[in-house]
Amino acid sequence: MTSPLVDIRGLEKRFDLSGSFLEQITFKGGRFQRKQEAVHAINGVDLQVQKGEALCVVGESGCGKSTVARTVMGLLSPSAGEVHYGGQRIDNLKGGDVLPYRRKMQMIFQNPYASLNPRMTIQQTLEEPIHFHRPELARSEVREKVQEVMQSVGIDPDWGSRFGHEFSGGQRQRIAIARALAVDPEFIVADEPISALDVSIQAQVLNLLMEAQETRNLTYLFITHDLAVVEHFGTRVAVMYLGRVCELAETKTLFAEPRHPYTQALLSAIPRLEDDRPNYIRLQGEVPTPVNLPSGCVFHGRCPYANERCRQEIPRLIVTDGGSQVACHAVEEGRL
Amino acid sequence: MKSDTPLLEVKNLDVRFAVRGGDLTALRGISFSLDKGERLGLVGESGAGKSVAAFSILNLIARPGYIAGGQILFEGKDLAAMSERELRKIRGNRIAMIFQDPMMTLNPVLSIGTQMVEAIKAHRRVSTKAAREIALSKLRKVQIPSPEKRLDQYPHELSGGMRQRVIIAIALLLDPEIIVADEPTTALDVTIQAEIMALLLDLCEQENVALMLITHDLGVVSQVTQRMLVMYSGRIIEQGPTREIINDAQHPYTQGLINALPQMGEPGARLFQIPGSMPSLKNVPSGCPFHPRCDFATDQCRQTMPEYVRSGNVDVACYEVSNLIEQEKRMQEAGS
Repeated sequence: MTSPLVDIRGLEKRFDLSGSFLEQITFKGGRFQRKQEAVHAINGVDLQVQKGEALCVVGESGCGKSTVARTVMGLLSPSAGEVHYGGQRIDNLKGGDVLPYRRKMQMIFQNPYASLNPRMTIQQTLEEPIHFHRPELARSEVREKVQEVMQSVGIDPDWGSRFGHEFSGGQRQRIAIARALAVDPEFIVADEPISALDVSIQAQVLNLLMEAQETRNLTYLFITHDLAVVEHFGTRVAVMYLGRVCELAETKTLFAEPRHPYTQALLSAIPRLEDDRPNYIRLQGEVPTPVNLPSGCVFHGRCPYANERCRQEIPRLIVTDGGSQVACHAVEEGRL
Repeated sequence: MKSDTPLLEVKNLDVRFAVRGGDLTALRGISFSLDKGERLGLVGESGAGKSVAAFSILNLIARPGYIAGGQILFEGKDLAAMSERELRKIRGNRIAMIFQDPMMTLNPVLSIGTQMVEAIKAHRRVSTKAAREIALSKLRKVQIPSPEKRLDQYPHELSGGMRQRVIIAIALLLDPEIIVADEPTTALDVTIQAEIMALLLDLCEQENVALMLITHDLGVVSQVTQRMLVMYSGRIIEQGPTREIINDAQHPYTQGLINALPQMGEPGARLFQIPGSMPSLKNVPSGCPFHPRCDFATDQCRQTMPEYVRSGNVDVACYEVSNLIEQEKRMQEAGS
């Protein structure tokens, strides 16, 4: 296998809940105690994004998928682990050293109502990243570039003098995509880019993203909770649960033969047009809080196949016969 | 299945919003009926008027909105013409409502038990103790673990899925004839959504309660409902048995909506897309409101709104469909 474009190694991210040093101190039973609490958003994630693919990360709210996206982009700094881009470690770069990577990596956010500056015209919104990353370009060249990128996302270049609020949700998301494309990136992180949109508009935006991938040779890290979209769009899928990857496979393999019990439950919950009744694998209980992680496999409390080993030992991703990678003792032992 | 008089019958309902610069028509000539124990789906994209339709059934349209015409007959009595006092006897009692966001529906400063007892006592003369018993039995019905404990808990102590279960229990408190559910699972994760939808479906079947389910998710509609309405720009454009519409949609908009779903396309292939977006209420196109986005639009479509025609068991408002039916009829006549 060729070296990956983006390599995420042993990534961990904790968000501290306990505040400053003094706030952590409590007086209890005659002595001072220091208590620290943290949300364990990501707990050791390894992912490689290959050039030209669309790697989808799926999972339910709180599984850490957006935190992975933000950490890869450098919007959050990891608590542990490394992020490499094209062979170079980027998570510890400072100041100006990050800039070339910022140009190559762009992000599209979920809510196009919040991600466009309401006080800037579309022209300004699209010119800003080009001015910033390519200061050598003349004004006319920048304008040309903006025209080209607007056309490529299906927004009339004559609308440049309008403001974000004058556009519909779908058009705004096109503009947000145009802004990401304006600096000719290689790699795009899209965090739930279509979940705020209506069904008929979702199709338009998905088509646009696929077109852009083809014509510009883009690589995607696509974060979503919508499995139907993944099935259509993804080259490979990583399923996350409580900050860990529990299954990683080619899209076709994953949907044809999900191995991890959580993946199986997740896939069964998609409402399908051909169903006459909700037809799904029932899980016990609810997702535990990421503040106190369960011991062993994070899924053991809800898993119908859990045994003593699952409660104690954290499963590692292993490669199965079908070619998918699964973190499950039951699959490893052949129980499942 | 069909009794002589339906439980609820909406006839030619017009709802308008009085805003500066004239009235906006949110619903135009909506007619449908709901039988006892029947499950009806209301489908459409944002701005189609599905929530307004749901709210107007309980005459809950707040100013500047008002019901400008038509009737809402519940057991023969017109809710649109009823006094506020009489309406209060029906709301929450005979017709219950479930809203999208459980956190917005529950009062954060009252315990679950208090809120449930309050709702019962508003409609029935029972002791607090008896009311708590009813509340408890309904919490058991929605399969909440340790229901006795929940009565004394506050909404923030429950997860999103649990809150929505509480909401369903509250809706069931007074054994209503109809439950109106406005996007009850949109704020929830897929696995929780599957659980809640299955629960709602089971309860409606057990208690023979009619359900009006408002959603944008065609998969959910096909799993839960027997009949469905498709709304576009304040009008019902197609209505009939769910299976028949999902398998063989007549209206070009419904067809587009179904074909735009990622699960309909070949993975990786371009998705079918409906061009443009839903018109705003401020400038609804003349004639059929869908004509600017429709591939089959003719001058006839641009000028007048099509009447409903019957195709199989489905009522459709589309000239393309009615012309086809006419043509077939003529062919048959010519043949015989």
